[in-house]
Order: sequence, then structure tokens, then C-alpha cells
Amino acid sequence: MTALLDVRDLRTQFQTEDGFVKAVDGVDFTVESGKTIGIVGESGCGKSVTCLTIMGLNESRNTTSSGQVLFNGEDILGASGSRLRSLRGKEIAMIFQDPMTSLNPVHTVGRQLVETVLLHNDISKTEARGRAREALKEVGIPRAEQRVDDYPHQFSGGMRQRAMIAMAMINDPKLLIADEPTTALDVTTQAQILSLMQKLQEDHGTAIVMITHDLGVVAETAHEVVVMYAAKVVERGTVDAIFTAPQHPYTWGLLGSLPRLDAEIDRLAQIPGQPPSLLNPPRGCRFHPRCAYVMDVCKEKVPELMGVSHDADHEQACFLDEETKTREAARLFAATMAAGTSG
Amino acid sequence: MADELLVVEGLKKHFPVTRGIIFQRQIDAVRAVDGVSFTLNEGETLGVVGESGCGKSTMARCLLKLIEPTEGKIVFRGRDISKLSRREMRPLRREMMMVFQDPYASLNVRKRVGFIVAEALEVHGIATPAERKRRVQSLLEVVGLNPEHYNRFPHEFSGGQRQRIGIARALAINPTLIVCDEPVSALDVSVQAQILNLLKDLQREFGLTYIFIAHDLNVVRHISDRVMVMYLGKPVELASRTELYTAPKHPYTGALLAAVPIPDPALGRLRQRVVLEGDVPNPINPPAACNFHPRCPRFHEGHCDVDTPELRNVAGHAHTAACHYPLEKWPMTPEEIRYDRSRTAAVGS
Repeated sequence: MTALLDVRDLRTQFQTEDGFVKAVDGVDFTVESGKTIGIVGESGCGKSVTCLTIMGLNESRNTTSSGQVLFNGEDILGASGSRLRSLRGKEIAMIFQDPMTSLNPVHTVGRQLVETVLLHNDISKTEARGRAREALKEVGIPRAEQRVDDYPHQFSGGMRQRAMIAMAMINDPKLLIADEPTTALDVTTQAQILSLMQKLQEDHGTAIVMITHDLGVVAETAHEVVVMYAAKVVERGTVDAIFTAPQHPYTWGLLGSLPRLDAEIDRLAQIPGQPPSLLNPPRGCRFHPRCAYVMDVCKEKVPELMGVSHDADHEQACFLDEETKTREAARLFAATMAAGTSG
Repeated sequence: MADELLVVEGLKKHFPVTRGIIFQRQIDAVRAVDGVSFTLNEGETLGVVGESGCGKSTMARCLLKLIEPTEGKIVFRGRDISKLSRREMRPLRREMMMVFQDPYASLNVRKRVGFIVAEALEVHGIATPAERKRRVQSLLEVVGLNPEHYNRFPHEFSGGQRQRIGIARALAINPTLIVCDEPVSALDVSVQAQILNLLKDLQREFGLTYIFIAHDLNVVRHISDRVMVMYLGKPVELASRTELYTAPKHPYTGALLAAVPIPDPALGRLRQRVVLEGDVPNPINPPAACNFHPRCPRFHEGHCDVDTPELRNVAGHAHTAACHYPLEKWPMTPEEIRYDRSRTAAVGS
């Protein structure tokens, strides 16, 4: 089966007063229909820019992108504006982090939904309104018939995010890009939204690209995970591989620095220092200044994504030999695992 | 007990809702904090969790008297401070400091780091200027910054470093109590771990007492000795960290715990997700009796919506919850959580 979305060697750079910022620097991944891929990393690692580039939403004035974004086999990276407009909202939809700033405050929710429908379908306004009501019902907004005429400020945070999802799903897209969809929400609301997204995915067979910095959210929703650091992919694999046998020291750091609900740990493993500036990233492996396992080769050569010998779907970009990695990963997670099972 | 640092009794803060321009009359009140009582021992960390709008931050501001509480007693080191005037409060302010959520908004962008950290020393007239400078530089080192950063401006620092400046400022006058209001929620996980470790180290070194407010249950479990769960301005459960996380009694605590995503796909798949319906109600017009009853899976008509449950001992020593039908075990499946009339009637009477 060919992938629905195939991103190959994607690069995006912004021209700024201080020079070129390479916000995405050679990213590859694929998404299949009905699957969820999670992109994780800290702020500024290029997660969001990757998705904006896929959607063709970067400002063209100071941005240059290269590589390929194959959607159903069609390269949409260099597609014309009108082609992109016919895809966006119809075939590919996006949910943003902050539902208040991404809904238009001066139009009713219903009007915004109707607009999305009418843009891509040749139907009457009355029919479109019917669909809008159905969409709100499907995402679980109570009294959808009345709420369709409400303004966004009359909705609570969770309901706004539901309305955003309704808007994204109303034309039954094949691909849904969700950029930190639950970051601004409380845990109970987050659980509601995540299970809603899962249900919609099961019903419609939508592929989801889920961008988040919350590893818990990724573990619960994604089938595959891409870990990004400083504009590059450092590790990629199935969700089980990433969480049970991580291969890259940065992934170890991320997992180790997580306070856990299921374990009492006295001291968190911390990654020293700060993520580097993308204006002037470190030579060699970009993680080497913060890495506890740094070797001479890391400072000179850039590690490529390579397959892990025992798992064909698992790739990582680190020079450490596999034996050391298996040993270190086991040592680092022995504490958490032991505490997790006893606690 | 001798080492009680802070005793809070029936703390309330109601913000008036007024109508009219010239003749403002109060038509209602937002019950932001509505009857909070707890005791804080010296050297411990009390975690406070709850969803946004449940009154966590308002409570913190009341405790430090940054806003005047409407009702209730705040006893700090055996002295009731709830009625003290601003002037009477001033000497006490040396004992209590606050670390704020947003490290971008809580530092004055026009002042140098040295001034920001030293300001409290200056206000309280502690030490000569030269001593102050030395103290600030050593504080910067304590929180993991470079003493040479003394003359820099806040914009030259990253989020994590700014939060370190905020912590250095709170430490400057050797307080006993530090109220941390969501100190790590604006930070990335790797930086969050650095700050949490720093707070723990400082507590050990200086014998600090923390009130740690957060909405992230993982973070609260990591740092707290005891945890208080709030819902709509009221504490619904208060227990030691281990008990609260392994044997929660209030259905709301259970729902919160069940909603937290676990960073372990195998465990996550095993777990039954209990999804809480609906949103937090409006604190102007909270539901009658138990605030949680409209969303509660164990709701018992004619009891929960009539009779207000008080915080009472439900298990072990000092594990209190405000619920008529506390959870019997944990974890529970959604079916078990749902109230079963026959079973509860048999056990309840």
C-alpha cells in the first residue's frame, strides 16, 4: 500500500535579518490512511513549520522550501495557489493549538462551518447548514441546533476545540494535521478531545499527523512516532519501539525528564543546557553539546538516519554502537520500569 | 503540633459582580475560593491541583495577602494575618515569596537581572549595596546561572533561565514559605525537569516550605508531600501523595487521574479510560450541594444535590475527601465507578 502522505527530504528556511534560519532540515516521514503519526520535540525544533510547509501556509516572501511532499502521489510542495486551495479544507485539514485565535470571533460558529462546506461543495446554503448542524452533533456539542448560531466566545475552551474539529472534518478529509490540539486544554477536556479524534479516525479512516510536546499524548494516540531535535529527525519508529526501546540519547533524555503518574522518582534525569539556535546550529550532531555520550566523531560528522538491526521500521541518527545503546537504555529505564510495576 | 507553619481555615474570596455605572450595586459574586482549610507543616510541599478556573491561583494570592480574602483565617506561625493592614504585613513579607507562572511576564523588561533579584533586599533594607551585589551573585550561582549575568536584561535569557531568575528573586530574602504558581507549565519538558530538580535541591538546602500549584498531575506527584485537589473553589480531597495517587477517594480525583495520558503505550492500552462529560460549571452560580454532582458518575439523586458533603476522614490518617460515596478501590472500570444503588445502600447504612 502506498502511503497517503510521503514527505521526502523536506527543507524549509527563513530569511531573517541575522541570516538564514533552517527551521526544517531534511525531514522524511510517511503517513498511511487510518494511522496516526506523532511528531514530538521541544519548542522551536521545527514541528509546526514542517506542517505549515506541508500545507503550503508559510509566508512566501522570506521562505524557501525544497524536497517533496507527495500527497496521494502528487507533489504538492510546488503546487499552484489554486490547487492548494482546492486541497486545503477538502482533502487536507488542520487543527490549531489555540481554538480562540483560530476561530473568527465576529462570525457565528455555524457561518464559519457553512463557509467551509460551500467552498468545496456545490450545494445550497440550507443543505450546508444542515451539514454544519450534523457536524456539531457528531463532535458531541449539546443542543447543536441552537449552538450553531452561537459566537465562539459563547463556547467553552473544550467546545471551541470541538467546533474546530467539526470544521476540519466537515468535508471528510483524508489527512488531518493537528498542531498541539490539546495543549491549551485541561486534562479532563484533553481526554474528551483525544477520544473524539480517535472515534472520528475510526469512523472516517482519516490519517492524522499529531504534533505535540506531550509524550503521554503521543503514547496514547500515535501508531508511529517521529522525534525531532533542532530541525532534524533524530529517531523514528513505532510507538512501542520508541517508548520501550528508544535508541537516541535525546529520546532517553525526553523520557527520563518526564515526571510520571505511575512511578515515584526522587530525581528526574535532566538534559543539561538549552536547545541550540537554528541560526547557527552546532557542527556535527546537533545534540552533541548536551549529550552525555558525546564522542569525537559527533563533533565532526553529521549522523544519518539509519535502521536499527533488529527492527526494520525503527530508525535513529546516532553514532553510538547498538550494544552500548541497548545497555544504556536498559540501565536508564530500569528505575522507571521497576517503580512503574510496583507503584 | 509545633512545626505548623500555616493554618488556613474557611478561606473565601468572592469577587463582586456589579451592575450600573453610577450606582453600582452588587448583583452576584464569583465564588473563586469558597471555603478552603488546610494545615501546612514546615519543610513540606503541598501540591494544589485542579482544572483552570478552580481557584488555585486566587487562593495563592489570598494566602500571601496580595488580594484581601473575603472571609476566613490565615494563621502564619501562630499569628492571624488575614486582618493585618498592608503596613503590618510588610515585615512578614520577608517570610513568604512567590514564583510566578509566566517567566516572560513576571520580570521587568527594563531592569537588569541584578536589580530584579536585589529589589526585595533593598525594600527590606537588608545589607549594604556592595553586600547585596555579592549576595545576588551567589544566588545566581545557586540557581545555576552565571554570576556574570548580573548586568544583563531579561530578554537575553531563555524561558528556563528566566524562571531561574524568578526563583533567585524569591530566595533573595531567605523566606520560609514559597508559593509556586504553575512555575513549570510554560517550559519544555527537558527544562521543566531542570527547574523541578532545582526546586527540590533548594528545599533540601534551605529547609523551604512550598505550596506548589499546577494543573499537571505528574508534576505535582513528583514534587509534593501532600496534595490537595480543588474543584470550583473548594478542596475535594486532601491526602499524602502516595495515597492520593494510588487510592483516590473522590470521584473527581479519580476522573483526573484517569484522564492523564501515560507515556507508556502498553500500559495506556490496558487502562480503561473514564472520560468525564461536560465542562466545569460557572462559579457565579455553582450547582447546589456537592459542586461536582452534575458531572459525577456516582451521583445519587436526593442526596448529592441536597446535602453538601464536608471534608471528612475517609481512609487512613489524614486522608480526607468531600464525598458521600467515596471510591472503594482504584483503579476502577467505568461500570464500577457508576453508582450502584443496591450496593451502596447495603454498605452505606
